[in-house]
Amino acid sequence: MTEMLANLGLGFSTVWKIAWMTDPLMGMAWPVPINLLLCFIGCLVGTLIGVLPGVGPIATIAMLLPITFGLDPIGALIMLAGIYYGAQYGGSTTAILVNIPGEASSVVTTLDGHEMARQGRAGIALGIAAIGSFFAGTVATVIIAALGAPLTKLALVFGPAEYFSLMVMGLVFAVVLARGSILRAIAMIVLGILLSTVGTDLETGQERMTFGLPFLSDGIDFAVLAMGLFGIAEILRNLDHTETRDVVRQAIGRLLPNKQDFKQSALPILRGTAIGGALGILPGNGAVLGPFAAYTVEKRIAKDPRRFGRGAIEGVAGPEAANNAGAQTSFIPLLTLGIPPNAVMALMVGAMTIHGIVPGPQVMTKNPNLFWGMIASMWVGNLMLLIINLPLVGLWVRLLKVPYRLMFPAILMFCCIGIYSINSLQTDVMWIGIFGVIGYALIKFGFEPAPLLLGFVLGKLMEENLRRALIISRGDMMTFLDRPISLGLLVVAALLLIIALLPTIRKSRDEVFVE
Amino acid sequence: MQNWLKGLVAGALALATPALAAYPERNITVVVPFAAGGATDVIARIYADHMSRTLGQQLVVENQTGAGGTIAATRVSKAAPDGYTLLMGNLGTQAASVGLYPNLAYDPRSDFAPIMNAAATPMLVAAKKDLPVKDFREFVAYVKANGAKLNYGTGGVGATSHLTCLFLDTLLDVKVQHVPFRGSGPALNALLAGQIDYVCDQTVGIVPQIQAGQVKGLVAAVKTRIPVIPDVPTSEEQGLPQFQASGWNALFAPKGTPPEIVEKLNAAARAALKDETVRKRLLDIGAELPDEAGQTPAALGELVRSEVEKWVPVIKKAGVTAN
Repeated sequence: MTEMLANLGLGFSTVWKIAWMTDPLMGMAWPVPINLLLCFIGCLVGTLIGVLPGVGPIATIAMLLPITFGLDPIGALIMLAGIYYGAQYGGSTTAILVNIPGEASSVVTTLDGHEMARQGRAGIALGIAAIGSFFAGTVATVIIAALGAPLTKLALVFGPAEYFSLMVMGLVFAVVLARGSILRAIAMIVLGILLSTVGTDLETGQERMTFGLPFLSDGIDFAVLAMGLFGIAEILRNLDHTETRDVVRQAIGRLLPNKQDFKQSALPILRGTAIGGALGILPGNGAVLGPFAAYTVEKRIAKDPRRFGRGAIEGVAGPEAANNAGAQTSFIPLLTLGIPPNAVMALMVGAMTIHGIVPGPQVMTKNPNLFWGMIASMWVGNLMLLIINLPLVGLWVRLLKVPYRLMFPAILMFCCIGIYSINSLQTDVMWIGIFGVIGYALIKFGFEPAPLLLGFVLGKLMEENLRRALIISRGDMMTFLDRPISLGLLVVAALLLIIALLPTIRKSRDEVFVE
Repeated sequence: MQNWLKGLVAGALALATPALAAYPERNITVVVPFAAGGATDVIARIYADHMSRTLGQQLVVENQTGAGGTIAATRVSKAAPDGYTLLMGNLGTQAASVGLYPNLAYDPRSDFAPIMNAAATPMLVAAKKDLPVKDFREFVAYVKANGAKLNYGTGGVGATSHLTCLFLDTLLDVKVQHVPFRGSGPALNALLAGQIDYVCDQTVGIVPQIQAGQVKGLVAAVKTRIPVIPDVPTSEEQGLPQFQASGWNALFAPKGTPPEIVEKLNAAARAALKDETVRKRLLDIGAELPDEAGQTPAALGELVRSEVEKWVPVIKKAGVTAN
């Protein structure tokens, strides 16, 4: 305990480091809290790119990388980390206001968050997202500080068999989470899984369902699918009946949630933090599951699940807390093992190596001020985000006042620029258009795009880990039951499925879910 | 009047002819065929930063991923040969692709103007902590005896980590089970957890794990020991001198780029490699830097030809295609 406090002390002293800088005008030396300043810049830039639909943290960090060459490595990494979690914050803003999930992790926020915005409670949705995220960020910082090193052992226990079972559980979550007809939800999940099989087969190198087209050889990009199905489709839907948009425009709403809102959100935030934090530690992008899992749990234990998908504040508070907790704890595999769990973290590895720090288990002992400095900066950064965001919420909400005929060309443009900036492929821009039309058709026929996206994300991981587990076991299926963690996850999945199907058996689910 | 006209014509000519000498007069795009943050990207950015200062124009790094980097390489091979579109190619895009992709839209030997070999990352073999071998000699005997039970992990079909393991298979005349991962990071993770038995990978990710004693560094597939891990012997010391493999990264322009421009770019790249900070950054990631003789465009052209000859048979023998 004292050791942890001493470590955190080292971290905070690193964050508060004062550099003497000479100003060019008067030639006087001024004390500048350089790392604090960089943290602030990172958070601000992150929030901004998170809010702009389509411009993601990956492209931003890649672009800013050369600028950090001149900086001290600790400051540079503090700033880049700030961009990452700042973007997570900002991403929920677009999810709520314009119904575009910037990252896989903010997909569920669109469900109730955007609904709240439609009902004129955009301010409260943004407010509770910010407060929930701050709380989750604080707890996650403490988790990293206290348990970072021992928790990596847990991460290593997860092999292909465990991942496969985890993904099975995730897909069961997706069924449980679905609104409306369970059959339609399953159809959407299966379609998502099918889409995820397009591309070069990982094991044999053969192309599947690419029709020989080179731009399909790496499969369909998540960002392309998400931006098309959610972003472009939403624009089409809004253009086809403008009056819904007016509803959002009229009422801005208060920013601070009232006592009743807090009461409803307190427990979901706590549960979301726990779920998101735990899943974030897993390498292999376990963090994606966090918000989905949190949403499912909230919907399951709610007294009245009908409210979900119709602007329930718990449906924003829980997943948002899970999202931020996961974003934070996903630094654990990076900082303690040197292994990046997702694309943004892979970029952080690149940033570290450029600055002469080789990520790996020795970072904690060799560069303790970097390790603890980054952890302390995360808490400071979360506080900054709360301070930056609460007043800015007003500004974001005011965006809704802009007439839609002016808004949608801007959103469309940002989507196109953003998608092009990821892979520099013109075909990606074309694809968001195609998926936009498909998404629009799906909405019109009463199919939800969210389960499709989840099936897409999990399907790929599930297939790869299934085959990998079977290669290692030389084809023995029992590997999934022999391994205790894998078995446990499959049992949970089976139980969840039974619980989910029970209301259908009782014929009451249909009544509950009829629109 | 005539003089005035002559002056004008001469002036116009003076403006027109030294267009080449004025190169570069706008930003230069360096296409990196892989995602930002990887070894090739890091090397490209370190070079681009210094070369921008030498040339007085920004070298903008653009990551264009897809089909093992061949989408980006195809694009550069068909770009205008004016020196404004360059490629940071590597072993994968400029040599192995010939064997991996039957419908490859370019020939790395003839469709590019080589500029300079930028940096290589040596390959090494690392085994999980509890594999019962002390050194590479014991490992060779162990693999020959237990090959059917073992698994090696790679960053995917056709990745350098895969090719190196295939090469080792060929040299030892064994066939070990391949377990592909999406990138070297997850493969390394599986090695740490003991789910796979060994990997053949670049120094970048694996060195810290060897230093921390989390995995066993068995052999480096290079001629001289790698400075950051002096305890890992070379393949020659361990009795398998033919086992030489490194993932090289090099700068290319499209075929037909004027020799003056290639010369200018080569000079700028050489200047970068002379810079102490650049050298230190590259050496810190465990890269091998080309010597004076290896820094010419001709040396790079020769490297491409010899690497195509070396890897294509390995790929063909294993029956691997990526398409």
